[in-house]
Amino acid sequence: MTLATFPASEPKPSWTRYFTFNTDAKVIGIQYIVLAFFFFLVGGLLAMIIRGELITPEADLVDRTVYNGIYTMHGTVMLFLFVFPVLNGLNNLLIPTMIGAPDMAFPRLNAVAFWLVPIFGVLLMSSFFVPGGPAYSGWWSYPPVSIQNPLGHLVSGQGLWLTAVALSGVSSIMGAVNFVTTIIRMRAPGMGWFRMPVFCWTALAAQSLQLIGLPSLTGGAIMLLMDLVAGTSFYDPAGGGDPVLYQHFFWFYSHPAVYVIILPVFGIFSELFPVYSRKPLFGYVYVAVASFIIVGLGLVVWVHHMFPSGVPEWMRNLFMFTTMLIAVPTGVKVFAWLGTLWRGKIRLTTPMLFCLGGLFNFVFAGVTGIMLATVPIDIHVSNTYFVVGHFHYVIYGAAVLGIFAAIYHWFPKFTGRMPYEGLGKVHFLLTFVGANLNFLPMHPLGLMGMPRRVSSYDPEFTFWNVIASLGAFLLGVSVIPFLLNMVSSWVRGPRATHNPWNAIGLEWLLPSPPAEDNFGEHVPVVLSRPYGYGSGEPLVEHQAEIEAALIQAEQLESAR
Amino acid sequence: MTPSQAQGPRFSPLSVVALAAWVALLVVLSVWMGQQAYRWLPVQASTAAPLVDGLFSFETAVGTFVFGGVVSVMAWVLLMHRADKYDESDAEPIEGNTRLEVIWTAIPLVLVMAIAVYAMRVNTTLGMLGPMEHIHLRSPVEDAGGYPGDRLPAEQVEVIARQWSWEFRYPGADVAATELHLAVNQPVTFRLVSDDVLHGIYIPAFRVKQDVIPGRAIDFNLTPTREGRYRLRDSQFSGTWFAANQADVVVESAADHQAWLQAAARQPLQSGISDASREFAQRGQSTKAGWATVPPAPPPQVNVPGSNTLPHDG
Repeated sequence: MTLATFPASEPKPSWTRYFTFNTDAKVIGIQYIVLAFFFFLVGGLLAMIIRGELITPEADLVDRTVYNGIYTMHGTVMLFLFVFPVLNGLNNLLIPTMIGAPDMAFPRLNAVAFWLVPIFGVLLMSSFFVPGGPAYSGWWSYPPVSIQNPLGHLVSGQGLWLTAVALSGVSSIMGAVNFVTTIIRMRAPGMGWFRMPVFCWTALAAQSLQLIGLPSLTGGAIMLLMDLVAGTSFYDPAGGGDPVLYQHFFWFYSHPAVYVIILPVFGIFSELFPVYSRKPLFGYVYVAVASFIIVGLGLVVWVHHMFPSGVPEWMRNLFMFTTMLIAVPTGVKVFAWLGTLWRGKIRLTTPMLFCLGGLFNFVFAGVTGIMLATVPIDIHVSNTYFVVGHFHYVIYGAAVLGIFAAIYHWFPKFTGRMPYEGLGKVHFLLTFVGANLNFLPMHPLGLMGMPRRVSSYDPEFTFWNVIASLGAFLLGVSVIPFLLNMVSSWVRGPRATHNPWNAIGLEWLLPSPPAEDNFGEHVPVVLSRPYGYGSGEPLVEHQAEIEAALIQAEQLESAR
Repeated sequence: MTPSQAQGPRFSPLSVVALAAWVALLVVLSVWMGQQAYRWLPVQASTAAPLVDGLFSFETAVGTFVFGGVVSVMAWVLLMHRADKYDESDAEPIEGNTRLEVIWTAIPLVLVMAIAVYAMRVNTTLGMLGPMEHIHLRSPVEDAGGYPGDRLPAEQVEVIARQWSWEFRYPGADVAATELHLAVNQPVTFRLVSDDVLHGIYIPAFRVKQDVIPGRAIDFNLTPTREGRYRLRDSQFSGTWFAANQADVVVESAADHQAWLQAAARQPLQSGISDASREFAQRGQSTKAGWATVPPAPPPQVNVPGSNTLPHDG
């Protein structure tokens, strides 16, 4: 190990590389994340219009057609252009550095997968400007309403939407092939399966789900596109098709998609709780293996989205049981995190606050999830605001908070700068309060019988809708400290050392930011399990020498 | 009241008592929340409602206990297990505990399976009562005699969902209406059809919901149990005026119901309620920019338009 391998002596790479077809996973990771947050703002703006409309019972802010287009695009943008890309960004940054690989297995495929995102993003955004407006049939796009094509043009908002979703599927499949191959084939010497960080376990689980599930959605979307533009009748009852068939194709992927999102967030929780509790992850093997039990069960629960669609009684009962079973491996993880916190030395840093807030929201979402799995309750609340409340607790309350935790935690590693704690804590407070104020009132609304996707509602629903809208506006404000923090820290934040949180993991044995090929030729040999907090055992061979070299390089840098 | 759990592997008597007291408090809170849960739901106006609400109340209580338990541990840890300022050291490295893992796998497993079995029983009861019985293969008897009227002496109502109106036809009385009238405590069989896209029939006070699927006729039974005026909403997104696709359900005594049917049969056909058609007609003069929409189907021709603006019970 020589100092020459560290970037302190390399010329600083130009920022313009972020706008090029670059094959370095760390560049691609940041490209994904920055682009995803651009679309986070777009999706958030659409959410503000939705909540603006719903602050009064009448359809008065925008036309009903506009409302339907906006709620459809809000869901689509947030899922396909924010959550999935931002998680792929984290995968790109973390997987190679955590397993000691120089890059992804297929760097050029990786760059192609990324550059498809702005392409389908532009395609989707352009649908706002075609005659007739964007797709308006919800992110499920159920036929026949999605193939009605009011203007009858060949190019319609719905057609662009379907093309974008199909391209997103192609991009995600490319990404999944890459992540799965990298994790299986490119781990550092000594890193057996049960020495691999849990984030990599969850990423492997999630990306396996992508590979199994996405062909179903992508194929289903292409058939729908054929029905829309080529006059086929896969789903059109007028031509002998079956609209319920589409629902099976759609949910066979789109339920597991929730696990594609939440599994890496479980990974983030499992990485961060040990760091900020100064304790090993409680029951590491169980937590790792539970990810794959969730994969198996996650593939056989999709009909719970269709309980009122007209499925036979036996199917309702069967899918209720499988859905309930998912609570067990998920519970194993939740209890493991509590076990990790227990008698730890808790440090309430910004990433830790986001993790704790995310865990709180996730447990709440778990309770309402069990209710939704129960067929008779689901019959009453399905397609109501109860469901909207439930999945926003999962996606925003747990997943987005986990993503923020990850960004604050690994920001110093990949930018070389420290984020500001004060702004981070303000961001957390606004996010946590805003999310609960926004999404909790949706549960009573759903129980009272307010359907989702409505542009107007009966006056008895006003009270809770006003509260939800105020919460949403607070969430809108919460991104201001976040953006301020990210931009100002990256430009002029204090320089980060290689391991500012005193964390254990291969990525923390690299300089901040790491060199282009990470460890290069000098991949350390892994000696023990991750999360050896308090054990005093080294993670890798020659750990003391590696750390001494990193510190020496940092001192050299600061002296310059 | 603060719990005081043991700091070592052995539990002191005081901490056991405190923990037991805290758990007891959580149980009381959970039972109370379970009772509160009924108040979050609309009035119970069908045979299905008490069963669904009982299940919801039970799960609210269980959920409160689980959520309260997890949050208690988090709160305790945040209060008691914080690192001291400038303490950079690690905590005692506890890697795991197989016995605990077995316990917290087994307990949730038993719990969710118990909930599922309870829910399945409710399903079966609901199926016998009517509302869960729907998609089934037609028997030769049914083919000959139409509705499965021999099992339940139910009134037959044909429900036609459109973009965007609801039409209710009473074939026996030769009546059509855009307001649904039902006799209290008498089973009714709906035959659900759609002319255009997916819709959902949803009457929150009855706790029932069923998608209406074009190309299929779905039979659906229920029994209202409380007189009053309730809301029927479209529950499956059906396009531009989805939100406005609502109708009222009037549950009345058997005598009133017969009188209503007889009076309705004497009424001439007229345009029924279709908020969508009204808004669509006004849209021509509106300056508000909108995107494309399919035009609403013309309002159905019915004997009784009824109302969908009167105050309702849920």
